[in-house]
Amino acid sequence: MPKLTIDGIEIEVEPGTSILQACEQLGIEIPRFCYHERLSVPANCRMCLVEMERAPKPVASCAMPCGDGMVVRTNSETVLKARKGVMEFLLINHPLDCPICDQGGECDLQDQAMAYGFDRGRYGENKRAVKDKYMGPVIKTIMTRCIHCTRCIRFINEVAGVPDVGAVYRGEHMEITTFVEKAIGSELSGNLADVCPVGALTHKPYAFTARPWELRKTETIDVLDAVGSNIRVDARGPEVMRVLPRVNDDINEEWLNDKSRYSYDGLKRQRLDRPYIRQNGKLVPASWAEAFTAIAARLKGLSGNRVAAIAGDLVDVEAQFALKELLSRLGSANLDCRQDGARFDTSVRAGYLFNSGIAGIEKADVILLVGTNPRWEGTLVNARIRKRYMAGGVTIASIGEQRDLTYPYSVIGTGPDTLQQLVDGSHPFSETLRAAKNPMIIVGMGAFQRADGLAVQAAARLVGEVYGMFRDDWNGFNVLHTAAARVGGIEAGFLPGEGGRDIHGILDGASKGEIDFVYLLGADEIDMAKLGNAFVVYQGHHGDAGAHRADVILPGAAYTEKNAVYVNTEGRPQLARLAVFPPGEAREDWKIVRALSEVLGTTLPFDTHGQLRQRLMAANPIFGAVGEMTPASWAPFGAQGPVDAAPFVTPITNFYMTDPISRASVTMANCTEALVGPAQERTGTHG
Amino acid sequence: MAFLDRAARSLFLTELLGGMALTLRYMFKPKVTLNYPYEKGPISSRFRGEHVLRRYASGEERCIACKLCEAVCPALAITIEAEPRDDGSRRTTRYDIDMTKCIYCGLCQEACPVDAVVMGPNFEFSTESREELFYNKQKLLANGDRWEAEIAQNLAAEAPYR
Repeated sequence: MPKLTIDGIEIEVEPGTSILQACEQLGIEIPRFCYHERLSVPANCRMCLVEMERAPKPVASCAMPCGDGMVVRTNSETVLKARKGVMEFLLINHPLDCPICDQGGECDLQDQAMAYGFDRGRYGENKRAVKDKYMGPVIKTIMTRCIHCTRCIRFINEVAGVPDVGAVYRGEHMEITTFVEKAIGSELSGNLADVCPVGALTHKPYAFTARPWELRKTETIDVLDAVGSNIRVDARGPEVMRVLPRVNDDINEEWLNDKSRYSYDGLKRQRLDRPYIRQNGKLVPASWAEAFTAIAARLKGLSGNRVAAIAGDLVDVEAQFALKELLSRLGSANLDCRQDGARFDTSVRAGYLFNSGIAGIEKADVILLVGTNPRWEGTLVNARIRKRYMAGGVTIASIGEQRDLTYPYSVIGTGPDTLQQLVDGSHPFSETLRAAKNPMIIVGMGAFQRADGLAVQAAARLVGEVYGMFRDDWNGFNVLHTAAARVGGIEAGFLPGEGGRDIHGILDGASKGEIDFVYLLGADEIDMAKLGNAFVVYQGHHGDAGAHRADVILPGAAYTEKNAVYVNTEGRPQLARLAVFPPGEAREDWKIVRALSEVLGTTLPFDTHGQLRQRLMAANPIFGAVGEMTPASWAPFGAQGPVDAAPFVTPITNFYMTDPISRASVTMANCTEALVGPAQERTGTHG
Repeated sequence: MAFLDRAARSLFLTELLGGMALTLRYMFKPKVTLNYPYEKGPISSRFRGEHVLRRYASGEERCIACKLCEAVCPALAITIEAEPRDDGSRRTTRYDIDMTKCIYCGLCQEACPVDAVVMGPNFEFSTESREELFYNKQKLLANGDRWEAEIAQNLAAEAPYR
């Protein structure tokens, strides 16, 4: 443990700590541009120079490891002069266009020029000008502003694993470029604008729309995938202006995928802002009272087993819990939150959670992906696997489709029969698994969205049991969900009750006329044609497939517009907070269910959000541990049985459009056009 | 004695005569009042009157939507919305000044990096309704076109001190 003195303070640090990190531990601020704590250290901006005794010249503190007996000074005359000099050199070629720069007000260069720079320039020559590059539909470039810190190159190569960005030429002529003109093919490309310390890379959809000081910041969580990334929603007035990631080392570190970051413009389009009732085949605007009366009229005299409810992918726990209570009062057990048709055992928590936690991936030494494309189903889970790969000493294998996952892996099979071979040890990969210390299996929804889902789950469990994935100190059985509402719905019990129908039963019953009333709680991904002649109530926030089919539409709130609990794929409850109010007459979803219950004459026993949360916690205590992972105890799950040899198919065909919000987003449409589908297959001869 | 002095002054009306003499003197001096609105007093080149939005000589509007004036305005009288224009440049789509909120402190013109928003020499913009004092971008640009000559002169006069 080296012991050194910084500004007269003695400190003992871990071996390998850089002087800059040691200064941070002491609370001493060292200005920097190129150094980023989650990226490698190139030491090329020279802003972090400090003075060290017995060194002939100032040293770059970010790249200098602490040594025993070092005496470092960070505020001497030499250091201040060095910083001023470096800053002056950086500003020689940096345009002084802060007033038209989107980074203005939150720019590292601007802040540090104020704090450490010289108060006037001495440079009178012409400045360098660089041609802007095309980097895709979400990243805007103004390359003249680039200070060559190379954070973007390091990010895209190390974290995103898509080596699309690099530098050409040397010295003053160096340019950051995509080599050939193309959109950056990474789902994490939005982070490039975050790591850029200046305004060279900015967010294209946010261009010129707002300034950081006029935005109202709300710390909330993302619900467009099941990872539950921590985000900050910046709003101005009633409008969400942008979404940025928050640091949470257990989940998303400090990254965010492009869908979560840029689909916010979908929150302004296709919104349901008032109730509608279908009259003579047409949806007619109505009042809340009229809508409730229409529902009550249809439900009158209907026996409970002819009523069903399906919850969608973006629904919060409170709404699902309230609707479940309402349905049980109506005598119905036909409810399911798995609108994607996945079949898996929900009786044991360990059977449907990401038990090791996302951060647990870093402890694994063998990772087996089953029927999943984590790059699209949980981009930040994939980024974590890549981080594990970059650390070295890990074997990654997949059962399912061959996809580019940004790290090398071997496809050891395509269907559930491979799992069975692993169980009986006849597969060559068995040796690798047996030798592993912390083996991990990640099962995606592609493995469960099949008729033999329960058997696949049991087979995956057996693989876990055979290769020691369930231990007191390690649980390597992981399920990667695709919907933010799913785990919350399961924990809240939004599942078929005693003798109730599941999603397949509900759709089957509705098309056969055995179910007359279907309540869609934000469910848009089901086949609406299968609803037959049932009376459909759609409660949600976007005019998508569900609203199109509905007989009564109840306008709800999107995730930025309510205080609610969501549970991510790890089983970690997190709070979404209200950033803007729902548009028009739309209301928070649990309130709608509560108000409807009153009209139906079975008033639910809660009037406030607090009372509802109390009941929720009484029903399942895990909702009380916000932000915590409650470890799941181990018990057998799944149902052993014959499996179909058909290969696993990844459920997501277009990463950028998976839900009503992203389908309504123009940015996501641009991304789809540039990055998915025909554009990717186009060759140079397509004109 | 004091009694006699006072009685004498009252008897001979000396104070009255003194006052009338003063009045008579002013009758031969030049007048200080102005026949407003036909005559107006001089105003400083630093005078802070009605706001204008200026243009460049090419006709291009100066404002670049940096929002510094909006940020600095202590009365929150300025509202700006912006988006990229078709040619990719940063321009406002909305630039409103609520003249009923404005306290004429002049911080907006101090903050402006391109001398776009300037408080001109015009102080005669009273209206009959509140609504007419909610200036939009069109009105402010029209003001700029109208007062450009005077404003350019004022800015030139003030240039050495900025």
